Amino acid sequence: MTARIVFEAAGPLTTVQDRGRTGVMRFGVPHSGPVDRLAFAAAMALTGTPDGWAFELSHGGCLIACHEGEIGFALCGGGFLADVDGDEARPCRQDTLRPGQRLRIRAGSGNWTYLAFAGEHAASRWLGSRATHASSGLGGGAVTSGTAFDFAAPRPLAPRTFAPPPSADPSHRLAVVLGPQDRHFPAEAIACLAEAPFTASARFDRMGRVLDGALLKPSSIAMPSEPALRGCLQADGDGRLTVLLADHQTTSGYPKIATLIGADVDRLAQQPAGQSVRFDVIGTDQALRRARAAAAANTAWLRELTQPGQLDERLWSSNLVDGVIDANHGGDPS
Amino acid sequence: MGESAVLIDFGDEISTKINERVVALDQALASQPPLGMVETVPAYVSLMILFDPLVTAGDRVAAHALALLEGATIETRRPREHIVPVRYNAACGPDLEAVAKATGLTEDEVVTQHLAGEYRVFMYGFAPGYAYLGGVPPALHLPRKPRAERGHPAGSVIIAGAQCLITTLPMPTGWWVIGHTDAVILDPARPQPFLFDPGDVIRFQRIEGQ
Repeated sequence: MTARIVFEAAGPLTTVQDRGRTGVMRFGVPHSGPVDRLAFAAAMALTGTPDGWAFELSHGGCLIACHEGEIGFALCGGGFLADVDGDEARPCRQDTLRPGQRLRIRAGSGNWTYLAFAGEHAASRWLGSRATHASSGLGGGAVTSGTAFDFAAPRPLAPRTFAPPPSADPSHRLAVVLGPQDRHFPAEAIACLAEAPFTASARFDRMGRVLDGALLKPSSIAMPSEPALRGCLQADGDGRLTVLLADHQTTSGYPKIATLIGADVDRLAQQPAGQSVRFDVIGTDQALRRARAAAAANTAWLRELTQPGQLDERLWSSNLVDGVIDANHGGDPS
Repeated sequence: MGESAVLIDFGDEISTKINERVVALDQALASQPPLGMVETVPAYVSLMILFDPLVTAGDRVAAHALALLEGATIETRRPREHIVPVRYNAACGPDLEAVAKATGLTEDEVVTQHLAGEYRVFMYGFAPGYAYLGGVPPALHLPRKPRAERGHPAGSVIIAGAQCLITTLPMPTGWWVIGHTDAVILDPARPQPFLFDPGDVIRFQRIEGQ
């Protein structure tokens, strides 16, 4: 039993992504993988393919026809909307696609969404991973109109919608840690980073996103290329900031004034163009605490997503327990 | 860097001496990694250590690295030597003529100069498998072109300033294309997909053919 889906239309920036590859950044290969890691993890969890892959889509969305077999799908991220044969378009949706049906994905307020199918497909690997490195096209690859995918062992998924991930929260304050090349900036630039508003621009791809607003001009850009990390805020010679994303260059000769904490990198990547953001400069200890708190919250959210109703049940049962204790206390003769 | 990496800086000047320390620390970390280390990225004068923030913290990772540096017994692997065959001619090196003009040399002298260099792999960067080789003789030092150009195949041997590089992808470049090699720097099918390690020594050898 297989299911066949065909992309009748695929927008630009449509790629196959898995969790990404580690261990080869020393050879110029970034981690790649999803730009919004939590939305991707949700699509994986719902389709029951935790080590699998999803289609990453941007504003162009897509139109997919099911040619054969019934197969479940899950869509999560960026508020993108899914409709099947023109039914009510909904974000954060799982359902089943049947032969002859068409699934349309349209852009939401964010920039990136993840569409996973509940089946097995051996998308091509490169250096151990299916994540597509967009500028080379290596990995699972870019998806263009007309491409077909056959999934083995397809499973249906019950119709359902769910709450957006915590990474979609509307907070526009993002946490950064200074460095690693803050020494290349005058004190006014450092102060400006914390005080001035910046705007998430429409100029982005999988490598990075340009921020409009204040120019944080480095005192010198003559530095040897240094390793770069996803989340680095890199200033060009004019002082314009770019935040580095999943397919960033592994080294760069432009100074990085600060680095966003992991959870906030993905949030910034999803902000609609024109959105004003501000940076809170925090210390490394605080960054670590936030990272751990975010990881715990994300794990809890993903668990809740795959075991719906359980949180309500837990609350209900703890209320009952509280009630019992109160009753006991009330009736205790001591 | 954020909550998941530290950068150890050894200086601001590109030199073999500083890069040797980067490579030595990189090798020490590979044999004695701190708890939670994910990977390391060596560069000209600095080394990035990525770690899992759920397992460890930057100050612990940095302390581990500094202790390795202070330890008297950082043993370094002897650099490997690679001989890379290159075809230098108008078809394989479309910029040979322009480089000759800009440096006041003949095309053959440009090739002789390029062959005379002993090159060191300082780091990888820019794109998968792009190894920065330092050691271009001063007579060939040229600034990059004003604009990057497309259409150069993987395996192009390109130079700018003191640096030389062998491309692995048909990416646009503003460096000068002086030859072509069949040596494959990045082959995912090999057990070791990348031909060079930082610290390795490269010598070019002239071969004929188109």
